Amino acid sequence: MATFIEKLGNLDRRVIFVLMALAVIIPLALRMNLPIPIDKGPSKNLFDAIDALPEGSRVLISFDYDPSTMPELQPMAVALSQHLMTRDIRIVSLALWPMGVSLGNEALSAVGDSLGKEEYVDWVNLGYKIGGGVLIVRMGSDIQSVFPTDYGGNPVDEMPVMQGVNKLGDLDMIISLSAGDPGIETWIMMAGDRYNIAVGGGCTAVSAPQLYPYLSTGQLIGLLGGLKGAGDYETMVRIGVENPPPGIAIAGMAAQSVAHLVIMLFIIIGNIAYLSEKKRKGGAK
Amino acid sequence: MRLVIPLMITFVAGMIMILQFFVPATQPMGDNLQEWYMIVSSAAIFLGAANLITVHVHKIRFKARNWKYSPITLIGFAVMIITGLVFGIEADLPFDYLFQQMVAPMAATMFSLLAFFVASAAFRAFRASNWRASLLLVSAFVVMLGRVPIGSMIWNKIPIISEWIMQYPNMAGQRAVMIGAAMGMIATSLRMIFGIERSYLGGAD
Repeated sequence: MATFIEKLGNLDRRVIFVLMALAVIIPLALRMNLPIPIDKGPSKNLFDAIDALPEGSRVLISFDYDPSTMPELQPMAVALSQHLMTRDIRIVSLALWPMGVSLGNEALSAVGDSLGKEEYVDWVNLGYKIGGGVLIVRMGSDIQSVFPTDYGGNPVDEMPVMQGVNKLGDLDMIISLSAGDPGIETWIMMAGDRYNIAVGGGCTAVSAPQLYPYLSTGQLIGLLGGLKGAGDYETMVRIGVENPPPGIAIAGMAAQSVAHLVIMLFIIIGNIAYLSEKKRKGGAK
Repeated sequence: MRLVIPLMITFVAGMIMILQFFVPATQPMGDNLQEWYMIVSSAAIFLGAANLITVHVHKIRFKARNWKYSPITLIGFAVMIITGLVFGIEADLPFDYLFQQMVAPMAATMFSLLAFFVASAAFRAFRASNWRASLLLVSAFVVMLGRVPIGSMIWNKIPIISEWIMQYPNMAGQRAVMIGAAMGMIATSLRMIFGIERSYLGGAD
C-alpha cells in the first residue's frame, strides 16, 4: 500500500499535463454550463454603478492588456461594451498597452455592429500612446492635445462622440481592464484621486487580491476579478435578454471549475504521499 | 562631469515634479517635463527595436546558442513593421489580420501553459508540512472553490467564506505590503534625487 501511495506521489508530470488538458477540453467540448450565482460583491458593484449612469453618459474604457491575458480580460471587454451600449452610454476608449488597441477595437466593433451602434458617434478608439501615468495626468487637462486623432488617424475634434469631452473631468466613469502596470492602480492614482472620477476595473484573477484595498476605500467602485468576474458580468448583462448570444466567460467557468477540482485532487494526492512517506520515515527511526 | 550632469538633471527634474504640487508657479515646468517624458519614452521604443535587431544579428553571425530562432524573430519583426507601415493598422487590414490570427493566439497559448505548470508545481510543492502551511492550504482550497460555480454547488457558504478571506486577511496583508512598498519608493526616490543612490547611472559611484 505504502509503495502504491509513494508511486502516486512521484506521478510523472506528463500524466498531470494530460489530465489537466482533459479537464479543460472536455467541459468546453461538451458545452457544459454551470449556474453562476450573483450575490453582492465587487462584480455586482461595478454593474450597479454602470446601471445607475444616465443615458448619454460618457465612459472611458482603457484596454491595458495584451493577448497573453486575453482569455480572462476579453470576455469582460465584450460584456462591459454590451452593457454600456445597451444603455446608450458613449464609450471613449484607449490603451496604455500597445496591443490593447486591437483587442479593444475587436470587442467594441463586434458589440457595436451587433447592437447597431456607430463608430465615432457611439464609440471611438483613440489608440495607444506611451507614458502611462504621465499620459493620464496630461489627459486631465486636455485629452485632445494628447490624442489629436484616433488610432486610425481621424481628427478627434470632429467626432460626435467626443463632443463635450475635453478633459478627464468631463467623463462620468473610467474603467480599466488591466493585466498589470500601467493599469487600474495608475488610473486610480492619476485620475480617480486627482480629478475625482469614479474608477472601476477588471483584472486577471492572479492580480485581483492586490486591488482589494482600493475597493474597501471606495477608490475603486467595482472590480471584475479574472474569468469569474467576467462570468458574473456576462450573467448580469444577460438577465432579461431574450435569446442572448453564448457567453464566452460562462462557458469558460465550467472548464475552470473542473480544472480547479483536478488541481485540488493533485494537491491532496501529493499530501497523502508526503504524509505517508513522513510516517514511514518516522517509524523507521 | 559625466557624473555631475546626470545627477544635476535628476535633482532638478525631481525637485520640479515635487514642487509643482505645492508651488503653482512651478506647474508649467512640471507640465513641460511630462511632455519630455513622453517624447523620451517614445524614443526608447526605437532604441528597443534597434537593440532587438543588433542582438539577433549578432546571434546569427556568431551562431550563438539557439541562433536558429533569431531569423524567425527578425522576419516576424520585419513583416509586422512593413505591413503596419504600408497598409496601416486599422481593423480588417493585413497588420490587424496578422495580429488577430497569429500574435493573439500564440500569446494566449503561452500564458495558458501556466495552468499545466501550476498543476504540476502544486502537486509537488504544496505540502501541509506544518500548521502554517496547512492553514495556507485550506485557505487556497476555499478560495479556489469560491472562485468557481462548482464551489457554491458543493456548499453555498463557500463563496461567502472565500470573499471573507479576500476582504479581510488578504486585504490586511496587501495593505501592509503596499504601505511598505510606498515608503520604500519614497525613500529610494529621495535618495536618487539627492544623488545618494546612483545605481541607475549604470553602476558609477
